Amino acid sequence: MTADGVFNAWFSLMTTVSVLLLVSLGLAVVFGLRRVINLAHGEFIMFGAFATLTATRAGVGLWGAILIAVAVTAAFGLVVELTLIRHLYERPADTMLATWGLSLILVQLADLIYGSVTEGIPTPLSSFGVGDYSMSTYNLVLIGVAWTLAALTWLVMRRTRYGLLTRAAAQNPDMAAGLGVNTRRVATWTFAYGAGLAGAAGAVLAPVVGVIPTMGQLYVARSFMAVIVGGPAFLAGTVGASTALGTVENLVSRGYTPVIGQAMLLVAAIVILRFLPQGLTGGRRRGGLV
Amino acid sequence: MTDNARSQPTRFRSPSRFGLLSGRLKFVAVALCAVALLGAACSDGDDEPAATPPPAPAPVAAEPEPPPAPPAEPEAAPEPPPPAPAEPEPAPPAPAPAEPAAGEPIRVGSILDETGPLNIYGTPMVDATRLAIDHINASGGLLGRPLELVEVDSKSDQNEYISGAERLASMDLAVVQGGITSASREAIRPVFDDAEMLYFYNVLYEGGVCDINTFVTGTVPTQQVEPLLRWAVEHIGPRVYVLAADYNYGQISADWAEEYAPTVGAEILATDFFPLDVSEFGTTLSAIQDADPDVIFSFLVGGAHISFYSQFAASGLAEEMTIVSTTFGVGNEHIALEPAAQENLYVAYSYYQELDTPENAAFVAAWQDAYGSDYPYITDLAVDTWDGWHMWAEAVERAGTTDREAVIAELQRGATFVSPRGLVVMDGAAHHVTVPIRIAVTDGANGFEMIRTYEAVGPEFEQQQCDLVNNPDVNQQFTP
Repeated sequence: MTADGVFNAWFSLMTTVSVLLLVSLGLAVVFGLRRVINLAHGEFIMFGAFATLTATRAGVGLWGAILIAVAVTAAFGLVVELTLIRHLYERPADTMLATWGLSLILVQLADLIYGSVTEGIPTPLSSFGVGDYSMSTYNLVLIGVAWTLAALTWLVMRRTRYGLLTRAAAQNPDMAAGLGVNTRRVATWTFAYGAGLAGAAGAVLAPVVGVIPTMGQLYVARSFMAVIVGGPAFLAGTVGASTALGTVENLVSRGYTPVIGQAMLLVAAIVILRFLPQGLTGGRRRGGLV
Repeated sequence: MTDNARSQPTRFRSPSRFGLLSGRLKFVAVALCAVALLGAACSDGDDEPAATPPPAPAPVAAEPEPPPAPPAEPEAAPEPPPPAPAEPEPAPPAPAPAEPAAGEPIRVGSILDETGPLNIYGTPMVDATRLAIDHINASGGLLGRPLELVEVDSKSDQNEYISGAERLASMDLAVVQGGITSASREAIRPVFDDAEMLYFYNVLYEGGVCDINTFVTGTVPTQQVEPLLRWAVEHIGPRVYVLAADYNYGQISADWAEEYAPTVGAEILATDFFPLDVSEFGTTLSAIQDADPDVIFSFLVGGAHISFYSQFAASGLAEEMTIVSTTFGVGNEHIALEPAAQENLYVAYSYYQELDTPENAAFVAAWQDAYGSDYPYITDLAVDTWDGWHMWAEAVERAGTTDREAVIAELQRGATFVSPRGLVVMDGAAHHVTVPIRIAVTDGANGFEMIRTYEAVGPEFEQQQCDLVNNPDVNQQFTP
């Protein structure tokens, strides 16, 4: 393989991994810190995409629209937490049902408001060439945003007071509450933060995927896979799992067919969980949740 | 929940954990139902059999023969409410089956994906169905009787198709039209065969279905793939890369592309299949660049695959190669993508909303009257659906009855219909239609510009393989 071919393959690999990381981060925060199995995660992504769409239609530029979408989705997550999720902590089956119901409602609402197909967001069309290959510049944005958000989340968890409190509340809620942490409020912010991350994923993906009400369903399963394979240290785990699963899928798709690539992603997840039932980061004694 | 399911857990119940669990599970089941209902309720409300407004409401008479309960039928036990399905052949005593009184509605069925990912196809087809029924009713109904439409939303779910088709088959319906993906058609077609209930499939597809009970108003590969591939080789270049959805439509259509390649002078470089939920095409775009084709032939299907077109455009490949497709547009891809992401993309359908004929002008006006002038786009599938209902209705009028065999015989005599897309002629032996086919290119404004019309293109392959007049018992799908 020539040098330009190698670069092209690497770039495509990075894109696959980054998209997987991007769509999983929000779920990782919510599931990793709150143990909420949020089946509406895909619809938060869809929400972010439609928020971006609405903002661009109102005349806002793409970058501004993305920021607005993140804020709006986080705010929506806040509302969902206050009205729905907070009553269901420690009740995983009920949470799953409630969030699944929420996802159905959101899909249908989007359908009623926007129709089954609506005019999409302008695709940023600039591309760059390396040797014989031409690649999308916007993929650089996808890669950049995914890893920036992962780094940002690490900083928030490790370097801010909120991060300390939310980790404490997740690891030992009674002790944290006993020491004066308002665990309810921390939980609310955590859910909103996760929703914001999902909204960011939808917003950034909106220009390169079809923005339709059912788009969330495309991401929810694989993001769960990444988070579960990641294990208890949710951030390092999700980064590791996205890299591992994305690499498998990308390389196998390239070598064989996309069908087998997708199947191998599942096989890889099963094999990893067979030998590391707690996920990639299950063996860690210290260091806790991030 | 059946009695069986309820009794089993008790047998194994250990007082502590299972008791608790089954209580929890019961709640889960109940809540699931509640949520599902809520979801369904949001979908416009009418997932359950809904009637379009018949002029004179004569609802009570609709369910046929509830009285003859007494006879000691042994099977009658399990489900008391719907006794009707037990006997499809008319029970002699009741006066109902033969020719009901004038004014009593004729019940007909429709099964389409109104919700879920496939509703990018389903929505215009559902709208076309309702408009066609209203239109037939507004012009006096059929045989002096109004049509009453029973709709099932299959929710883009194969299981819903099967249960929905069985529900429809158990009713006393004159015809059922619907099914979108070829996977769904092959799931429900046998159900209507078994129930001896006339079935129309109104979607372009991979061709070859030969079944006395089934009529198709959509186009087939001889009408779409062949002309488009030939056109692409003549005007763009011979090197072709095929992308297809990974189920029977995509698989068989890709075989057709291989089949036609030598006759039109195309060289198929590679064929890639994609599950319907793939939305990231990075590795494919690299593989395409490695192969360096002139033409990309797309049999991609569904909302996720829309992403291919924007990612293709974003990679800057549109400068070097051209996409042709037999599916782009019927899912309103040309609406979802901005013009710059779909430049110079060629398709072959029999209908486009832009078609400039008096029939189409009237049709579009009626459509926009019903659904608003901001309706995204009337797709080829919507018009196929419109044609399906009208061709059936005309056959019923001519036959003077809704009786299945009489209507089939009438359709086999070669029904014709002046459709918004032009003259549609039913080939009596093949149960497929001859229609005009038009090659078009995206027009840079979320629409299509027709560049070439082939009048009266027949379903040649089906005509060669399938003769249901002389061999009515053949029931299979022919493939290349």
